[in-house]
This record gives sequence, C-alpha cells and structure tokens, in this order.
Amino acid sequence: MGRVVLVTGVAGEFASRVSRALSEQPGVERVVGVDTRPPVGDHGGIKFVRADIRTPVVGKVMAVEDIDVVVHLDVNPSEQSRGRSGAKERNVIGTMQVLAAAQRSESVRKLVLWSSTAVYGTSPKDPALFTEADNARGGTKSGFPKDIIEVEGYVRGYSRRRPEVIVTTLRAAQILHPEIPAPLRNYFANPLLPAALGFDPRLQFLHLEDAISVVTESVLHDRWGTFNVAGPGVMLLSQVSRRLGKPTIPLLPIGFSAASSRAVRMMGGEISPDLYRLLTHGRAVDITALRDIFGYEPKYSTEETFEEFRAAVRPGPLGVLGLTK
Amino acid sequence: MNDDRRTIGTSGTAGRGNRSTPPSAAARSLAGGRAAPKKPVTKAKAAAKPDKPAAKNPPRATPAKEAKPAKPAGVSAEPKPAKSTAGSRPKQPAAKNPSRAPRAGGASAGARKTAASGTGRPPGQPRLRAVTDEDAAAAAAAAMAKDNSSSIIPGGIPLDDIVLAVIQAAQRVLGTDWESKLAAFVAGLRRRLTGDFEVDEFGLDPQITDLVTAAVEPLAEKWFRLEVRGIENIPAEGGALLVANHSGTIPIDGIITSYAVHKYTGRNLRPLGADLVFALPFVGQVARKVGATLACTADAERLLTTGELAGVWPEGFKGIGKPYAERYKLQRFGRGGFVSSAMRAGVPIVPVSIVGAEEIYPLVGNVPSLARLLGLPYLPITPFFPLLGPLGLIPLPSKWIIEFGEPVRTDAYEPDAADDPMLLFNVTDQVRETIQQTLYKLLVDRGSAFF
Repeated sequence: MGRVVLVTGVAGEFASRVSRALSEQPGVERVVGVDTRPPVGDHGGIKFVRADIRTPVVGKVMAVEDIDVVVHLDVNPSEQSRGRSGAKERNVIGTMQVLAAAQRSESVRKLVLWSSTAVYGTSPKDPALFTEADNARGGTKSGFPKDIIEVEGYVRGYSRRRPEVIVTTLRAAQILHPEIPAPLRNYFANPLLPAALGFDPRLQFLHLEDAISVVTESVLHDRWGTFNVAGPGVMLLSQVSRRLGKPTIPLLPIGFSAASSRAVRMMGGEISPDLYRLLTHGRAVDITALRDIFGYEPKYSTEETFEEFRAAVRPGPLGVLGLTK
Repeated sequence: MNDDRRTIGTSGTAGRGNRSTPPSAAARSLAGGRAAPKKPVTKAKAAAKPDKPAAKNPPRATPAKEAKPAKPAGVSAEPKPAKSTAGSRPKQPAAKNPSRAPRAGGASAGARKTAASGTGRPPGQPRLRAVTDEDAAAAAAAAMAKDNSSSIIPGGIPLDDIVLAVIQAAQRVLGTDWESKLAAFVAGLRRRLTGDFEVDEFGLDPQITDLVTAAVEPLAEKWFRLEVRGIENIPAEGGALLVANHSGTIPIDGIITSYAVHKYTGRNLRPLGADLVFALPFVGQVARKVGATLACTADAERLLTTGELAGVWPEGFKGIGKPYAERYKLQRFGRGGFVSSAMRAGVPIVPVSIVGAEEIYPLVGNVPSLARLLGLPYLPITPFFPLLGPLGLIPLPSKWIIEFGEPVRTDAYEPDAADDPMLLFNVTDQVRETIQQTLYKLLVDRGSAFF
C-alpha cells in the first residue's frame, strides 16, 4: 500500500520540486500539495489543493485525503516580495495549524519538518561545527531564526503528545541553486557583495539534489530525530566572492546591517535581514548524524555545490576581466 | 713633425683615421662595419698636445654621453637618430658641433663610432655582441623617444648593463632558478586572488598559517631570543593537548607557542581561544585562518579525536591579565574541562611552561570601569602603553624559554573517568604543579629577564 503525502507550501520552487520527486517514487501513492497560490509550471502527478495553512482548512484536507505523511516545507525566510510579517504568520501560525490538524488526524503516521541551520543562530561564541544537541548560544534576536526555533518547539510538543508519530526534523543549510530562492542566493546575485570589515565568515551550502534526496528518504523510510543537512566542508566568504569575481565592499561591523541594506538597495539587489549576522560570524554544522544515523552521504560537498552554482550564474565584474579561477 | 708623420703612417687601426683626419670612406669599408671610430685615440694623445685644434676633443670626449643610442644602432639603418642627438645635445659648447658634424655626418659611422667608447674599451677590441632585431628595435625606440643623455646613467653605464646587473642580483638573491620562483609566486598570488584555495572545517588556511609563521619568526628569534626545550615530548602524530601558562596582557604567548610547534615539529598547533578573540574584527578572522577555534569541549574533543594538536591556556583572562607583581604565579586552571576533553579523546596532556611572556607588557594598572564599558575583561596600563601611545604597544624584548614537559597519559584511565570530578581535579592539579615547578626552574636558568 502506497503512502499519501501532504506537502505544504507547494507553490515554492523547492517544495514543488520535492513534490514532483516524491510523486515519482514507487512507494508513494499520491502527493497532495497545499498552498495559497497554485504552483507555477508542470504539476506532474501532484494533486493541488488551494488552502491556507494558517486556517483550520488544512485539517479538512488531511481528513479528506487520508494523509499518511505530512511534509512541512512551508517554513521559509521572508522574501521581500511577500513581506516580513506575512512570513512570521506563515511560519509560526501555519505550523501551529498544521500540527493541530495532524494531532487530530487518525491517519498521520509521520511528520517531516524542513527546518534550517538558522536555529543555531550565529555568534562569536559558536563552536566550529554545531551538532544537533547544540542550541543558539548567542541567542536569536528576531526574524527567521526566531521563527524557526519556535516552529521546532511546537514540533517537539507535537512529538510529545503523539509519540507514535515519527517526527523527522531536517536542519538544512541554505540550498544554493540558481532557481531556488534563498537569502544567500539573492545576496550572491549582487554585483558587489557588502561584507563586514575584519570578518571572514565560514559558510555552508546544500545541493538541491541532496536536499530532495534527504526529504524523499525520510518519507520513504522511518528516520526518527533531528539531523543537520549540509554539504561537507566550508567556504569562506572571501573565497566565494573571489571565485564569483564579485569584490566585497568592506563595511564597518557596527551599523553593518543598515549600511549593507542601503548599498544593496542602490545596486537594485536584495539582502535578507537574517543574513547580517551570518555574514559576520558564519556558521557550519556537523553532519555526522546524517551520515551515521540517518544513513545518507551527501553527493555534493559545499565547494562542489558552489562550483555548480558559479557555473550557472553570470560572472561578476572581476570575472568579466578574466580575474577568476 | 710628429703629428704629420702620424697622419700618413699606419698608426692606429684601419678605417679609423687619426685625431685630426676623418677616416676615408674607403678605409672605413675596408675596416668593416664594426670598426670603432677614433675618439679614444685622440683622447690619449690630447693630454700631450693641448695646443692642437684636435685638442678640442678632450672635453667632449665624455664618450659615455654618446655611447647609448649609437651602440645598438650599429645596424647601419639607424644613422638618423644618432645624428640628430648629436646635434641636439645642449651640454656641449656650440663651437664644438661644427668640428664634429663632418665626422659624425660623414656616414653611418656617426652611429657606430662610440660603440666601444662607453666602456672605455681599447679600440683594437671592438665589442663583439650580436645585435638582434629586438635590440635594434628597442634601441631605435629608445633613441627616438628621448634624449640620449636620459637613457644613460651619468656614470656612463649603458642600460643593458644595468639590466644585466639586475638579473644577476635577482639570481644572487633568489638563486639561479629565480624565474621559476617568480613564476610560482605569481601563480600563488593568482590562486589567492581568484579564491582557488581550500580551508578545513575550522577555517584553517595552510598558506596563511605559513605566512604568519614566517612573519612571527623574526619576532620570536631576534626580539625574544626564543629557546625551545623538550620538543621531543610533542608526539609526531596523533592528538595531544598542550596545556600552558598564560601571561603577557596580550596573548602573544599563544602565537609564539604555535610558531615554535610549527617550526620544530612541522605540525599545526590548534589554539583554543576565548570568544572575545572571535568577536574582534581582523583578530578573529586571522585566528580562524591559523587554526584557532573556540575553547569549548565540543571543539576540543573534535580536534583531539581527529588527531590534531590542540593548545589550551586554562588560566584564561585571570592569567593573562594579572598584575606584573604576580608574575609566574599560576592562577586557577579553569574548571578542569581540558582534562575531561583529553580523557574522552584518550590523548596525552603535554604541560607547556612559557617563560618570558610576563615581561613583554608589564601590567601595572587596570581601569575596570572603562573595561566594562568596552566589554573587555580588563583595560591594561603598562609603563608605556597609554603614555607613549602606539609606541607602548611594542612588546619589551624579554628573553623567552618554552619547555614542553613530559606528557601526562590519559589513556590508562577507565572510560568513565572523564565523569569523575575528583579524578579530574587531581589531574588538573598535577599538570598545574608540573608547570609551576618548571617555571621556577626555567626562571633560574634564564637569569636576567632582558639581557
């Protein structure tokens, strides 16, 4: 008997690709996607239901469709086009509604949460690599990191109340792919990269293929627990900017957020407010648990992911002059 | 007369004429294109006969001035620049030019005549140098571009001799393979600038580490006159935890210890630093690149289990910020976290005693209120620091001794020993006592702090 999978936020580029990949899996009978907007492009074998996860409608969808597995992908950093307050509503209230519906549902046996390594925050007090047992040492003041910590808290609560449901939390590094919206992708699209003077953060990226494989794997197999998902290895921001051929603009760390957002706006680009701290202190995670317990070895390292991304995007000003690798 | 005879006879070289007679075209062609003109000859004679008209030559026989453009232009296609420069030399008295003009203008000899004169070579030995097309072209370009006097150093050294000297100097400094070394350097620079390098998960950049080691070397060897003892106590491979005393107001002892380990064992010491290090711009960035990471059990165990050498200064700010009067008195050794990390990883603890760091910035005062305001653990006042401004930041040249002591093995303990606080305290005290006793011994050995 196949599984019936509910995917939230299916209009998102990543979620729609995940749903299509899931619908092609032999163990999956049907994929139901919910979102407030229909997904763009080919739906493939997905059944799209227009529903707002911030309302109890999602519970009805679960009951009607007889959902086995909930894949909650609708936890995303704010995009400029959709607005910050909307993002918080969607992330936190949306998750609460989905969990409330899943708690009522008799059929749901598994919940997969696409979380983010942003739960670890970023500060000078960070260890070199975060393990799943760590938490944000420097605290998370606002924005997406705060949302994601609350979301994970609600999911843990759900897991306590429904211990028989398998809960898989995937803390993913940012996907770096030209077509998947992510704060770092948008940042790298700027011709000049604002950077904090005197800091060279370590960054990690996740390849789209690995991201989809990990979600598929956790739907098809039972993987309890929380796992970091990222490409092995790290890259420095200075390295990234040189390889892209995009010079950095060193800005004073004090007032970095205001100065960089102004600089980016002048270039017509976009920079997410969640990025400022990441661009100062960086963050890297340990994926030993993913390898040893989850049983997945990422196919692409951080550097390979980046090189693939670099090959796909337009080279920066220095690249035009032939000053890149 | 003497002179008359000379005009007729065969004195001098064929095609050269003598001091008063320009050579005939036939003589020149007989002598071949490379014959050098007469100037040196006349010069030699001139001293004896100042009354002759030819005696005009000596003052203008500063032959070097003419040497330059003319010499490469020995290819006879280039008489024109030579002529024009001869006419335009402003330093010569105008009266001399008429007498020169016929000589220089007689033929392409004007271009050739000074080929050998620049180096004062005897005329019988024309300069045998293959003139390649590039040389000729370069010389032509140079001659056209500017006055010949500017392409020659006033001392009369031709430009290509200078080039040769530069090349020889490069060879002497960089070795005979200087070209490939230079190419390797440029290639390395290009790799840095294009981001074509790799760092490990902690951010260690081997190239930056080598650079910093090279930069610290004069400070350690010449300024601090570093002496290292017991280097054989650092295992050649596998993990080990180096535990050292901390002092000196600014953690230069960490840098010097890393340098000593890197120099004598070739391994990278991974210092474990306070979070303040990583909060500071530039400092934190460089610290990460030379392999430092935050002093926390997670990072320490990760380094030690992967077989790295980790360095820890358990006294922390208490040790580094203690007053000068309390120098070489060890403070509390943290809470013994380093022992449990070493035990979990099963690696030896190497006690490291550092003598000399206490004197580099003698801490005589502190401004706690201002330090709190700035978020610093202390704000040092040294005899020179705020007083002399930036000059006060120069460390005093104390004599340093670093001794790596006998390793304390931890692999013999039970697996759950790391959870036994009493055992941890005992091992911590043992390491601390070892370092304290070694410090006293080294102080006696060192004698005076500065001389």
